[in-house]
Amino acid sequence: MNEMPNIEQATSMTQSKISASKVQVYYGDNQAIKDVDIEIQPRTVTAFIGPSGCGKSTFLRTLNRMNDTIDVCRVEGSIKIDGENIYDPKVDPVQLRAKVGMVFQKPNPFPKSIYDNIAYGPKIHGLSRSKSELDDIVASSLQKAGLWEEVKNRLDEPGTGMSGGQQQRLCIARAIAVSPEVILMDEPCSALDPIATAKVEELIDELRENYTIVIVTHSMQQAARVSQRTAFFHLGVLVEEGKTQDIFTNPQDKRTQDYITGRFG
Amino acid sequence: MSEHTVSAYDQELTEMAGKVAEMGGLAEKAFADAVSALISQDIELANATVAQDARLDQIYQDVEVKLIELIARRQPMGQDLREITAATRIANDLERVGDLAKNVAKRVIAIDSDLQSKKLAIGVEHMTELALSQLKQVLDAYARKDAEVARHVQEADAEIDALYTSIFRELLTYMMEDPRVITQCVHLLFCAKNIERIGDHATNIAENVFYMVTGDRLPEDRKKFDETMAEH
Repeated sequence: MNEMPNIEQATSMTQSKISASKVQVYYGDNQAIKDVDIEIQPRTVTAFIGPSGCGKSTFLRTLNRMNDTIDVCRVEGSIKIDGENIYDPKVDPVQLRAKVGMVFQKPNPFPKSIYDNIAYGPKIHGLSRSKSELDDIVASSLQKAGLWEEVKNRLDEPGTGMSGGQQQRLCIARAIAVSPEVILMDEPCSALDPIATAKVEELIDELRENYTIVIVTHSMQQAARVSQRTAFFHLGVLVEEGKTQDIFTNPQDKRTQDYITGRFG
Repeated sequence: MSEHTVSAYDQELTEMAGKVAEMGGLAEKAFADAVSALISQDIELANATVAQDARLDQIYQDVEVKLIELIARRQPMGQDLREITAATRIANDLERVGDLAKNVAKRVIAIDSDLQSKKLAIGVEHMTELALSQLKQVLDAYARKDAEVARHVQEADAEIDALYTSIFRELLTYMMEDPRVITQCVHLLFCAKNIERIGDHATNIAENVFYMVTGDRLPEDRKKFDETMAEH
């Protein structure tokens, strides 16, 4: 039984969007991630679950080098996106983060208008040549994030004046605006009410058609609802990764079983 | 398995399994009583068996409400999810076993005369013994979470099917010989069919126990010995 996911992984290896092998992450002397190997499929939602402090967010942040901003943090091993090593010195982290966008736990719109929140990324990355092209990017990003109908008549109002759920979808629209291929989400719904959560989950499902999504969540029900593959982390180790339905109905590892059924001591 | 962080959840699961086991006991007894009433033409026992079914239905309804509540409140996952799904299905099968036993008891009242053939009674009794033993074993397997016993129960159902086929043929011969026994024989045929179906429910329960314990499905390609279908 344990062999199965590996065979599956091996056969689909060539199509992996993200390929991580022997990844170690240290904060000073403290090892936060140990020997993580994972293949992340394109146009798929992969959920990272695990108890607090298990390393799931740390690992997520290695995927667009967000850990570079922490001085004591050191990453070893190899992480490739489309076959390219993202820790290669030639890789520009700013370009990388345009390709691998990120949405955080707390909605963090810029203290600017709704329009400028979306337009900022495309402007600094030089993605538009004219005002009308920029207008198009803003409109289509907001449409893709399911926010257009709600905000089209108040694009000049501050983004910080929206509701929490709208702010989070604004942040997703902002990430989409720079045409990423991968979107990382770190507990994107933990500050939202159930309706706003449902809207974001609906959005995640739609985005899956065009983007590779990796989501860290504390809600197992959310992982079961939105993801196709689930990875369970514990004490910095990737314990088990597989089809979401298998992880939630018939996990192979005792630790996964204990965690998802609420038996962790 | 270790205990849940929320200890009330453990209690609820234990309580649920206990209720299903109680249903199992009642279904087993109803089945045994119905057939013994049939063999000895004991109308009193038959009436009592019919009346007892209400109790089984009542527990079934309680269990169903409890299971829906458990799903809504705890959002079960993994082993717990499989246990709750299995309990739902097993309770359903046991309720049906109760109905089939009740139907046999009703036919005892309808026949209301001594059985035509001792040999036939022995056939029905033997079939009942097999089906009862299957039911007992599978309820044990459920209580002890034993996948191997469940697999064995599934395999053994073929024997009941084969017996049913032979009883079917025998009854057919009697009816051809003497049309006056047709009413009694048809009732007996339905009784035999009910017993055979109780065997099928035991098999269903076995499959659910196997899934509950292992997370895998039992292969369903066992041989069918009920050959009566081909003769219709």
